[in-house]
Amino acid sequence: MHLIINEISQNIPEKLTIFQLRDRLNPTADVVIHNGIPVLNDCELQENDRVVLIKRGHAPSASEFDSLLSARHTESVHNILKQATVGIAGAGGLGSAIATALTRVGIGKIIVADFDVVEPSNLNRQQYFIDQIGLPKVEALYENLRRINPFITICPKNLYLTRSNIPEIFTGVDVMVEAFDSAESKAMLAQLWLQKFPSTPLVAASGMAGYATSNIIRTQRSLKNMYLCGDGVSEVQDIYSLMAPRVGIVAHHQANCVIQLLLGVDPDSEEINYADNN
Amino acid sequence: MQIIINSKPVTVATNCTISELIAHLNLNIKRIAIEYNREILAPEQFYTTIMNDNDCIEIVNFVGGG
Repeated sequence: MHLIINEISQNIPEKLTIFQLRDRLNPTADVVIHNGIPVLNDCELQENDRVVLIKRGHAPSASEFDSLLSARHTESVHNILKQATVGIAGAGGLGSAIATALTRVGIGKIIVADFDVVEPSNLNRQQYFIDQIGLPKVEALYENLRRINPFITICPKNLYLTRSNIPEIFTGVDVMVEAFDSAESKAMLAQLWLQKFPSTPLVAASGMAGYATSNIIRTQRSLKNMYLCGDGVSEVQDIYSLMAPRVGIVAHHQANCVIQLLLGVDPDSEEINYADNN
Repeated sequence: MQIIINSKPVTVATNCTISELIAHLNLNIKRIAIEYNREILAPEQFYTTIMNDNDCIEIVNFVGGG
C-alpha cells in the first residue's frame, strides 16, 4: 500500500496497522501522528494515509531534514534555495525576522552583519529572547537559527557596516537584503550596492512604523535592480514607534521577494505564480 | 526646463544641479538614492551633475525604521 511516512512517499508491501508500521520502521517512536492527528490507539492504515513517527527530543539527520524540506517545497524549488547565498545587512527587527524565515525555508548560506547588542527595548519586535539581552545580535541570532535548522551555513559578522567593508563582506551573494534601521544607512547601502553590484538584486525596506493599515505595505521594483518593501511613508517618530506586526510584515515581504528572485519570479508582478510549483 | 521625476514632468531652473533639485524638493540629501538617466549616482555626483532638458530622474526617499 502507498503511504506518506514522515513526508516521504513510500510503498509498503502489505496492509498494516499504524502501530505495526511504527514497530517496523521506528520502534522507539513515542509520538505517532495519523493524517495530522496524534493517536493513542492502534488503527488500520488506508491507502495514501499520512503517518509521522517522532521520537521526542530526537533531531532528524541532515539527510532526513533535507528530504522533509524537499517534500514540502518540491525538489526543484528546494534545490535552488539550498544552493543560494543571501546577504543581510542588519540584524534588528527586519534582519532577525528575514534570517529566521530564510533559515526555515532552507536557504543554503546566510551572511548576516550587525554591530549592535540585544537591548530590552528590542524585544517588542526583534526575534530575540529575554535571556539574550546584552549578547551581540548576530551571536544571539546564530544560536536561534541553529535551533531551527542546523544544516545550513550561517556566517554571523559582528561589525559596523560601512561603504568600505560592505563589498568584501557580501561579495558573491545571489541576493542582498537591506535591513538597517536608519534612513541614512538605507540610502548609503542602496547607492553603494546598485553601483558596485548592478547585476545582484537588492531587497530594501522603507516605511513600517506604527499600526496603520497593513494593506498599504507593498513590494515594488525601484531604481535599477532594487526592490523596495514597505508603505514608503511611515517613519519612526517619538509617538510613532516600531512594532512587531508591521515590521514583521515588511520583513516577510523582503524574505518572500528574496525567494521570488531566486526562483525567477517577478516580485513586482500581481500574477499568482504558484502554478510553477505544482 | 522640464525634467521627468519618478515618471512625472516637473519644471526646474536651467542648469540646476541634482543637489539643488533635492533642496528644492525639500528632501534630505543623506536619505535618498537617485538614478539619473538610467545611472545610479554616488553622493558626490549630486553636487557636480548639472541637469539638462528632458532628463529622467528616479528618486527613492528612505524613511527610518527596521
